Amino acid sequence: MNGLHDMGGMDGFGTVVAPAREPPFHDVWEGRVMAISRALAATGLWNIDQGRYGIERLTPEIYLTSSYHRKWHLRTEALLLEAGLISAAELAAGHAQGPAKPLPRVMLRPDKVPATLVRGTYERPAPAPARFKAGATVRARNIHPASHTRLPRYARGRTGVVDRIYGCHVFPDSYVSGKGDDPQWLYAVRFEACELWGADADPTVTVLIDAFEPYLMSA
Amino acid sequence: MNGIHDMGGMDAFGKVVPDQRAFHAEWERRVFSLLNAVEAAGAWNIDQFRFGIERLPPEVYLTSSYFKRWHLMAELLLREGGYVSAAELAAGHAIGTPKPLPCGTMQAYQAVAETFISGAFGRPARHPAVFKVGDTVRTRNIHSASHTRLPRYARGHTGRIDNVIGCHVFPDANVTGADENPQWLYAVAFNARDLWGDDADSTVKVVINAFEPYLGPA
Amino acid sequence: MHDHDHHSELSEMQLRVKALETILTEKGYVDPAALDLIVEHYETKVGPHIGARVVAKAWAEPAFKRALLADASKAIAGLGLDTKVGDHLIAVENTPQLHNIIVCTLCSCYPWDVLGLPPTWYKSAPYRSRTVKDPRGVLADFGVTLPATTQIRVWDSTAETRYLVLPVRPAGTERLSQDELAARVTRDSMVGTGLVAA
Repeated sequence: MNGLHDMGGMDGFGTVVAPAREPPFHDVWEGRVMAISRALAATGLWNIDQGRYGIERLTPEIYLTSSYHRKWHLRTEALLLEAGLISAAELAAGHAQGPAKPLPRVMLRPDKVPATLVRGTYERPAPAPARFKAGATVRARNIHPASHTRLPRYARGRTGVVDRIYGCHVFPDSYVSGKGDDPQWLYAVRFEACELWGADADPTVTVLIDAFEPYLMSA
Repeated sequence: MNGIHDMGGMDAFGKVVPDQRAFHAEWERRVFSLLNAVEAAGAWNIDQFRFGIERLPPEVYLTSSYFKRWHLMAELLLREGGYVSAAELAAGHAIGTPKPLPCGTMQAYQAVAETFISGAFGRPARHPAVFKVGDTVRTRNIHSASHTRLPRYARGHTGRIDNVIGCHVFPDANVTGADENPQWLYAVAFNARDLWGDDADSTVKVVINAFEPYLGPA
Repeated sequence: MHDHDHHSELSEMQLRVKALETILTEKGYVDPAALDLIVEHYETKVGPHIGARVVAKAWAEPAFKRALLADASKAIAGLGLDTKVGDHLIAVENTPQLHNIIVCTLCSCYPWDVLGLPPTWYKSAPYRSRTVKDPRGVLADFGVTLPATTQIRVWDSTAETRYLVLPVRPAGTERLSQDELAARVTRDSMVGTGLVAA
């Protein structure tokens, strides 16, 4: 979706403010939000792309005015409500009011935590050979899926070069539907800044994106 | 600028809620008339007005009503222009000697002529139009840091000249307040599929008004 | 955002998160003890000290540097760290002629395994919007000015690959031990928004 999350190249957000030191969590609730989200994802309630899409689907005003962990919390509430695992009445009351529904997998117990904290692998056996070689000139397709995609708007329709091939990976645009991995070849594609932003752009700058094969065509 | 105002093609803003009222509160009427009067008095031109709104912080832009944006922009431009100070806005009264507006104060008798007739932006052409009706053109992929009227969704796409409108004040220059730099203005039609991909509705065309510097040969 | 608003949000969020955790615990969907361990992991176990150790080793040992640049996940797996590093980690090398900088324009992808949780600025709209279009301007926000001839590569983490910048080793550090080198490596230098000071 062409959401507010797709921020690459937008103007008007001001300068980057980077304090010298910052704790991992600014308040106890931020840590709980992250832990609840990780624990629920470990039960199979949602995968990484469904989790991201949940954040992308927050209303734009909420997205723009909420802190990072607040967005995570609102996403978790929304996905649990959609799954029928909790109710609005329960959220208002702050307590469970009805029986629990079964989870896809068992609840995350402390002894299983270390294993869930290791990033999973997203590489899969290739169903077909890679279509593009390193060095090939490619054009990012001008696609505007209504659902989740990892092709940023700023790169669509632009011509670049395959910098390297990363193997065959779970395809987010399919994975978000929960209907399987649909593995696709993944490439690092390099664009000159002038190709992305016009002739006035800095000629010393190149931008690389990780692009799945369905995002690309021969140029 | 690639600001939050450039919303064409964005998802997730929900349904259009029909509402026939022009104004929703008395203060909206005052903002509307006040800003028209100040603009007529030369405090800013149309493109400076628009760019002022575009420059509001994105979260302010997105969470403010239409006329609240107008009001916030006016406070911003009047402060930048030295016509009103932050102290005056805080006090709610004028403090000190006012800086005169370029065209003086708008009188009531001028209001009808100045405000209720849309301004004239046509200018004599300095050269013939480069494109003619029916020509295929490609919009340039430009990302001005300042004010522009070429929306992001139309950049780098192929369309057809639908109409040659005439030679007009060029917003990208007019925003400086120093130069109208008139340019030929066209209506350019795009197939929705060229803008939004092969899944788009083949019966839909989108027409934008594009100034000549926005266009190149296809 | 004003302090007043921020304070209101904290209060509201403390209540909302507490409510959600209570409901999920009562329903048997989460175990608070498991949540404690997850928080503890990110607050005390992972952080830039891991990446700094990797960088120092790459500076000191050419064979490790080659392995790191060839397959960072594999090279780091052989180090025997307390925490495990997941797949698809890519190390990109800075040189005096080439500077790499990492961003995630779409969300907040970041090499948690080697740098810990991303700082707020990495997840902020200014950083996400500007880095792909104006990397030198973003670097200026960090007080970093590169020569105008330096090539800049911006890596937008749009898939499950994660990027770690191998910064330039400062001159005059030849005699330092790996621990002493690691102490000089900053988080920002491994994201590409900073340089390691001489």
